[in-house]
This record gives sequence, structure tokens and C-alpha cells, in this order.
Amino acid sequence: MSETHTMTAPVAATPAKRIGSISRQRLLNRTVHYLVLSALAVITVYPFWWTLVTAVSTAGEVYSFPPALLPTEPGLQNFLEVFQTIDVWAFYKNSILISGATVIGTLLICSLAAYPIARMKFAGRNWVFGAIVATMILPSEVNFLVNFITVSKLGLTDTVSGVVLPNLAGAVGIFLMKQAFEAVPQDLIDAAKVDGANEWEVFWKIMLPLAKPALGALAILTLVSAWNQYIWPSIVMTSVENFPLSVGVSYLKGTFSFKTRVVAAGAVLTVLPILIMFLFTQRYFLRGFDGAVK
Amino acid sequence: MKYSSKANLTAYAFLAPAIALLLVFSFWPVGFGSYIAFTKYNLIDAPVWVGLDNFRELLDDELFLMSLKNSAIYLIVVPVIQVLAILLAVLVNNNLPGIKYYRAAYYLPVVTTVSVIGVIWNFMYTEDGALNGILRWLHIINEPIGFLNDDRIALLAVMFVTIWRGLGWYMVLYLAGLQAISQDVYEAATLDGANAWQKFWRITVPLLMPTILLCSIMSVLAAVKAFEEVQIMTQGGPYQSTFTALYYAYEFGMKSLNFGRALAASFIVSLFCIALAWLNFRYLTPKTK
Repeated sequence: MSETHTMTAPVAATPAKRIGSISRQRLLNRTVHYLVLSALAVITVYPFWWTLVTAVSTAGEVYSFPPALLPTEPGLQNFLEVFQTIDVWAFYKNSILISGATVIGTLLICSLAAYPIARMKFAGRNWVFGAIVATMILPSEVNFLVNFITVSKLGLTDTVSGVVLPNLAGAVGIFLMKQAFEAVPQDLIDAAKVDGANEWEVFWKIMLPLAKPALGALAILTLVSAWNQYIWPSIVMTSVENFPLSVGVSYLKGTFSFKTRVVAAGAVLTVLPILIMFLFTQRYFLRGFDGAVK
Repeated sequence: MKYSSKANLTAYAFLAPAIALLLVFSFWPVGFGSYIAFTKYNLIDAPVWVGLDNFRELLDDELFLMSLKNSAIYLIVVPVIQVLAILLAVLVNNNLPGIKYYRAAYYLPVVTTVSVIGVIWNFMYTEDGALNGILRWLHIINEPIGFLNDDRIALLAVMFVTIWRGLGWYMVLYLAGLQAISQDVYEAATLDGANAWQKFWRITVPLLMPTILLCSIMSVLAAVKAFEEVQIMTQGGPYQSTFTALYYAYEFGMKSLNFGRALAASFIVSLFCIALAWLNFRYLTPKTK
């Protein structure tokens, strides 16, 4: 727990004799620290690793004892079988459509809503803002039942719109954009208005370009949650050819559960794009998101 | 204060899409859902008002009572996940070489869709699966455990997955909380001769209280509403032993199209959520002041 402090403590002034014992102590501390970190990492990573090993192994027992650490006769045969069994390309296409539409819609609708809240004076501003905050307190996970009724009455079952529409106006997104817009200097807006720009032009030409970092962060977080959502698309999408990957993999598991390696390969195909994206954009997730929480 | 009608018009033009969507998909469910809870409704015929019938049926239904009990048991997840997440955050709150890979490793389950998590843990939990394999290899058990087939432990096995997939999420929130604590406080404590243990309990924990409060509320609400893991891993089985309150609502709504009963159940879940959030604020907030 005091690791950071022992490390940053100045040791230069310490007598030479003590440096040896301090650094030995520190080395021991560090070793223990890394051991604990690694043990915990094994718990979170091993289930993924086992699945990957199972997916790329083409021979031997699926459930060997002791559990496999490395693949036997690695190959892509199981992945080919997934493509022969189900229409993975359609699942990819649907996931990309749903995620893309959710990201674009969220950025647009949240920015539009955030701009007047951040920079305009109008009647009912506090009421509107209060209502948006209130949606964070509402037990939203229980909404899916009524939203299913709404979506079916609107004739949107089995459509991308049905999956996407309920997720576009999120309080977190509006908050994030509101903060970004509040940081834009008033001088820029005044100057633009002197030049004859209306609110719409100020929004497009000044606010949005200056809020690019916030838009980027919101896009990445929205993309991951849209790609990963499962229950809602599984309710809205009724035909297999409209399933996104998250629903497709559970369909694969339900229908071909006896083919463990194929199901494992399907799971790998589902998480691979998002995990690769995560590895490149992890700072957006691991920074604590500046207090803006789900 | 009066604003020009042009200013109002402009502002609401910008707000209109968000307001429309929030009204339809966030506020309508509360109002219409509460109404449907007092009706019989199957999506096709018009809702028929039945008063408290749905609630009476629920209280007479042993499955619902067991689902409620399971949701209450699910709350055990909250202290476990919070304590572990705080410890994890403390462990990764430094600049050791490679620490960002460890953080990423702990966060991996958070960015994985729940359906894949279900697939993976079904593999882990089967009788000849990796978890039984490891436990037997370490001689902790002799006979394989049917983690998801044994009605006495299936719920615990599902709860473990909830902890596993949520740890990284809370770790990041606590990490942000830890990094907001000024190093000066720790240095002053070091000068006063405080050891690591004292610094943790006297500085870290009290200064982390706002984050702990926030995370606890989020975690409590998530636990009461837990059902994704159940839907993907056990479908409520074996012998309906892993039914949670919201999974019950899901089953009756989506499978039986008995929306009256389903929304009455989710109405009760919502009331519990509100009550628990209130209790959290009421009894945890003053300590942070």
C-alpha cells in the first residue's frame, strides 16, 4: 500500500550502508507486489485464455486434465466451422450497423441537447436539466419491458432503429458534452455572432470542432457499450439474420453447444474486434472518465 | 426572469430530439409501466384494469418470493466487490513498470459482452471444465462440483461471475478517487510516523468515502436488478434456483407475454431500488461530511 511512497522517497542522503538493505527490502516488496498483481491477473485473464486455446486447438480432449495451458495442433479449422455453421458475416454487419448508428446518433443528439444547457438562457432550463438528471436515478434496467411494448407498437421490432433509438439520449453523454461546451471561451462565440453567425452556425463551426476530445471519448465509450449490449437486441431482433454478434454467439451456444471448440471460436470472433479496440484506446476507459460515470 | 420567445424557440429546437427520446424511452416506461402493473395486458388486447390482483398473485407465488430472496442474497456481491475493488485500486495506483497492462487485464471482463462471459463461464463451470480441473489438480476437491447444476450453489456461481465482471469497472472509479487524494497528506502522515496500515485506514478510506458511497449505490442497484448473467448462464435453473426478481419479470414478460404480472414484479424491484438508494444516502452520506 505504501509502495508509491517508499519508491518516491529520496534515498540519496541515506548512508551507503543502509541503501543496500533498503533496496533489498524494496526489491522484496516489489516482488510480492508483482506476485499479487499477477495472481489476480490470472483470475481475470485465464478464462479468456482457456477459451482462446480451445478455439485454436484442433486435436485432443476439449476438457483435458489438468486444464490446458497451450493449444494442441493449433489451426483455424474451428473458425472455418463457425463460418460454415452460422452466417457470421451477417452478425458482423448487424453489429457494425447497430454500433455505428448508436455512436453517430448519440454524438449528435447529446451534443445538440448539451449546447443550450451549457450556453443559452431560456425558460425552463433548470427543469429540463433536472429531468435529464432524473433519468440517471430512474431504475432504467427495468425499462426494457415497456420499451419492448413501445417498439412493437411503433412497428420497430426486428429493426436496427428499434435497437438503437432507446439508447441515443443518455444523461452521461449530455453531461460530458455540456462540460466540454462550458469550457469554450465566450469570446469565440461573441466574435462569431458579431460576424453574423446564428446559434446553429456557432454550434457546428465553433462548439463541435472545439469539443473533439470529448466527442472522441463519448464515441469510444458508446461504441463499446453498443457493441456489447445483449439483452435489448436479443428482445428486439427476432430473426436470426438480424442478430448482432453478441446475440449470435448465444444462439450458437444454444444450437451447437455440443461443439465446444466451435462455440469457443464464435466467442473469440465476437470479442476480438472490441478487445483490439480496447487495447488501443484503454486510456479512455482506465482514467476513471473524469468522474462521469455510467 | 423573462426570456425572448426566439431564444426559447432556439434552445428547444436543439433540445427537441433528446427530449422526445427521453420522454418515450425513459419517462413513458415509468408511467405506463406503473399503470400496466395494475392491469392484465398481453400486448394484443387492450389492458384490463384488475387493481391489485397482479400484486396479490405475486405474493402468492412461491417462485416470486424465492426470486426476491435470491435478489436479497445477491446483495452479498456488493461488499465483496467494493472491498476487492478498493484493494485492487490501491495495488495498481502507482507507476510500476507494466502496471498499465495489469490495469487492462483487470478491465478485460468489463469490455466483454455478457453473452460471451456466459459462454466462457459455462466452459469454466462444467463438471470436467477448467475450474473443477484446477481445484482437483490442487487437491482442494476430489469429486467435481456441478457449479451450475447444483441448486444449492448455482446462485453463488452466478454471483461470482457478477463480481468477476464488475471488479475492473469499480477499480477504475476507485483509482480516480485515489488519484484525487493529495500526496501531501500521505507525506505529512509519514513524517508523523504513520505506517502503511494506519495511512490506509486514517487517510485513504475516509478521503475515499464519496467514491465508496457512489460505488456502493451503483453496486446495490445493479445487484437488485441483476438478471443478465442469469439469462445467459442458467435461465433461472436448476430447479428455478437462480431466479432473481428481474429475471422473473423477464420470464413473465418476454416468454409468457403476461405484462401485467411482469410489470408488477418490476414495479416492486423499482420500489426496492428507490428504498435502497435512499437508505444509502441517508446512512452513508453524513459520515463523509
